[in-house]
Amino acid sequence: MLKTFSIGGIHPPENKLSKGKSIEVLPLPEKAIIPISQHIGAPATVIVKKGDTVKVGQLIAKASGFISANIHSSVSGTVEKIDNIVDASGYPKPAVIIKVEGDEWEESIDRSEILISNVELSKEEIIAKVAEAGIVGLGGATFPANVKLMPPSGTKAEVLIINAVECEPYLTSDHSIMIEKGEEIINGVHIVMKALEVQSAIIGIENNKPDAIKYLSELAKKCIGIEICPLKVQYPQGGEKQLIKATINKEVPSGALPIAVGAVVQNVGSILAIYEAVQKNKPLFERVVTITGKSVTNPGNYLCRIGTPIKNIIEAAGGIPSDTGKIIGGGPMMGKALTNIDSPLTKGSSGILIMDDKESQRDTQRDCIRCAKCVNVCPMGLEPFLLMTLAENNNIERMETEDIMDCIECGSCSYTCPANRALLDYIRLGKGRTGHMIRTRKQ
Amino acid sequence: MNNIFISPSPHVHSGDSIQKNMYGVVIAMLPAMILAGIYFGLGAIIVATVSVVSCLLFEYLIQKFILKVKTTLTDGSALITGLLLAFNVPSDIPLWIIVIGALVAIGMGKLSFGGLGNNVFNPALVGRVFLLISFPVQMTSWPKPAHLSADAYTGATPLAMLKEGIANGESVASIMQSNNFPSYKDMFMGNIGGSLGEVAAIAILLGLAYMLIKKIITWHIPVSILGTVAIFGGILHLSDPIHYADPLFHMVSGGLLAGAVFMATDYVTSPMSKKGMIIYGIGIGLLTIIIRVWGAYPEGMSFAILIMNAFTPLINTYCKPKRFGVIKNK
Repeated sequence: MLKTFSIGGIHPPENKLSKGKSIEVLPLPEKAIIPISQHIGAPATVIVKKGDTVKVGQLIAKASGFISANIHSSVSGTVEKIDNIVDASGYPKPAVIIKVEGDEWEESIDRSEILISNVELSKEEIIAKVAEAGIVGLGGATFPANVKLMPPSGTKAEVLIINAVECEPYLTSDHSIMIEKGEEIINGVHIVMKALEVQSAIIGIENNKPDAIKYLSELAKKCIGIEICPLKVQYPQGGEKQLIKATINKEVPSGALPIAVGAVVQNVGSILAIYEAVQKNKPLFERVVTITGKSVTNPGNYLCRIGTPIKNIIEAAGGIPSDTGKIIGGGPMMGKALTNIDSPLTKGSSGILIMDDKESQRDTQRDCIRCAKCVNVCPMGLEPFLLMTLAENNNIERMETEDIMDCIECGSCSYTCPANRALLDYIRLGKGRTGHMIRTRKQ
Repeated sequence: MNNIFISPSPHVHSGDSIQKNMYGVVIAMLPAMILAGIYFGLGAIIVATVSVVSCLLFEYLIQKFILKVKTTLTDGSALITGLLLAFNVPSDIPLWIIVIGALVAIGMGKLSFGGLGNNVFNPALVGRVFLLISFPVQMTSWPKPAHLSADAYTGATPLAMLKEGIANGESVASIMQSNNFPSYKDMFMGNIGGSLGEVAAIAILLGLAYMLIKKIITWHIPVSILGTVAIFGGILHLSDPIHYADPLFHMVSGGLLAGAVFMATDYVTSPMSKKGMIIYGIGIGLLTIIIRVWGAYPEGMSFAILIMNAFTPLINTYCKPKRFGVIKNK
C-alpha cells in the first residue's frame, strides 16, 4: 500500500500532456517586465533607475523586510522605465521594464554544467546565499525560502520534506526537472539539510512519475539520510499539511506551522534553485514553466526568464488555440484565470494552462442535495456545504467556530459537488471576512 | 479570439451531477422492480407506472402552476419518489389510492418545503405513512406472489403473522413452523407476501452493491442499521427465544432491507458526517425493532426512518467530521 494523507482527497484526470517532454529554452523576450513583488511579504525596493545598464543576474530590487525577497534582472540591457504594469489578474503592479540587449551574464555566475557536490559553506552562509539569490517557494506559494531555513527560536527542525508531488493535473515542470536535474536536486537537498542541521530528508513523489522515483532513488542510494517516498496519486497531496501527513504521518495542528511537528517543507524547484544559488552563484531569474492544454499544438516544458511575457510561451507552444475559453496561471485546481497575457511570468509561475471554451464554463448551480460528497472529500475535515451557507449569511462567528480558517482552498469540494455549487468561491469570501475579524480583534 | 472566461479556481469539475446520482439510484432499484414484476405479475408493473407517472405529473403541475418556478422533472428525484412509493404498497392496491399517495409525497413531502434538497422528511415515506394511516385496510392486504395463487391466501406478511401469533400466546418457533409461514429461503428470494419492492432481499442487496461500487452512497447508513438490528434483535432473541424472533428474520422480513438501502440513504434527509450517519443508522435500527416488537404496527421501518429524519438537523449540529490537526480538549 502506497502512502497518502488520511482524510478526503480526490483524483481528477491527470492530463499530463507535456509529460516526458524535455526542457526547452524559451527565446529571450524583447522586453523583460520584472515585477518587484513576486513573493509573499513586502515588495522589494528598486535600486536601479531609468537608463541604467544591467546584466543577467544583477540585483535590481532589494528585499525590504524580514519576509521579502531580492529581485534580479533576468536579462541584460537598459532599464527602460520603472512603472506600474497590468498584472495577470488585471491589477496595476510596479515593475522594472528592461529593454533586452544581448545576453551578458554577471561574471560571478558559474555557467558550466559541472556538478559541485562539496558543501563548503557554513549553515549561516548558506542561508545568506539563499536570501541573496531571492529564492522563494516555487510551487506557487512564493514564501521566501531563506525564512523557512531559520526555524523560530524554541523550535528545532528534525526532518526536511521535499515537495515533488506535483498533484495538480496538467503540470509537469517539477517532473521535468527531476528527470533532467536529478543530481543537482540531490545535492540541493544536502545543502538544505546542512542549513537546517537535520539528518534526514524525504522526497515525496506521486506514483504517476515512476521514472522520477526510479532515477532519484538510484541517486539517493549513494547518500546518507535521503529517502524517496512514493505516494499514491491523490489531490491535494502537494498541500503542505497533507504532504507531512502522507510522508511522516504527523498532523500539523490547526493554525500552526509545519515546524510544530519538526518538519520543514521545500518545493523541489526551490531545492534546485538553492543548489544553483549556493554552488553556482546563480540568483533566481529563470525557471521551468509548463505550457499545456488539450488544444495547445505543442505542450511542453520551457526554461523561461522571469519577466518574459506570458504570450511568448504560448506562441512557442503553437499560439493561442481558436477555441480558447480560459487561460490559467498554474494548474486547473488552484491556478488563477488570467486576464492579461502581456503580463510577465514570475517566480511563482509553474505553468500556463489553456482550456477550451466548453471546459471553461460552469454548469448551472442547483440547490444543495446534502449528498455529503463535499464533506467526504475535504482534506481538512471541514463541512464545505455548511461553510458556504454561513458565508452567504455572513455569519462570521459561526464560520470561525466551524474552522473556516483551516480551509486550504484546494477546491476539492467544488470539483466534486453534483449540484455544481460554488462552494469554494463562497468559502474564500467567508474566510476573508473571518480573517479580518480575527485580526481586528487581536489589535 | 472568443470570450475569455474569468472565474475563481477550481477550473475543472468532476462531471458528477444530480441526475447521475438519481438515475444511479433508479438503476439500483431495477432488480427489485423486475423481481416484483415476476412475482406479482402485471399488477406490480401497473402500480409502479401509475406511481411514477403521477409523481412526475404532480411535480410538473405544482412547479409550473402553483409555485411558478422552473420545473425540475429531469433531475430524476420525482422518479425515485414514485418508484419508492410503489415499493411500499401492496401490488393490488386500488390505483386511486396510489395517486393520492403521490400527491402527498410530492406536494406535502417535497415541494412544500422548497423542493429537492430542502425537504426534512423522505417524500416517499411521507406518502406511504399518509396512506397507511388513511387506508389501513387496502394498505395491509397483501397478495401472495402470482404463481402461488393456488393458495389463494391473502392476508398477513411474515411480520404480521408473527405479531398476531405472539399476541395469541404462541411461541415464535411454533408460529414459524406453521404451514403458512414462509421459509428463510423464500423470504430471501422474495417469495412472500408484502409490499411490492420490499420482498426480495437478494435484489435489494444487488442494488446496494451497485450503489456502493458507483459511490452513490457510502456504507455507513445501511451497515449501521443492519448491524444494530442484528445486535439488538440478537440480544432480545437470546434473552427470550419464545417471544422474540431471531435477527435474521428481522433482516429479511418486511421493509427493513429496502428501507436501509433505498430510503434511509436518501441524501437530503440523512446526516452529513460519517459519525452522524452511524448514529442515524443505529437510531433507525433500534426504533424499528422497538416498534416491531412492542409497537402497535407489525412493521416499524417507515416510522423509524421518519423519526430519525427529524433528528437529522440535530445530528448535523453535534456530529462534526474529524477535523485535520484539531485535537479535542479533554
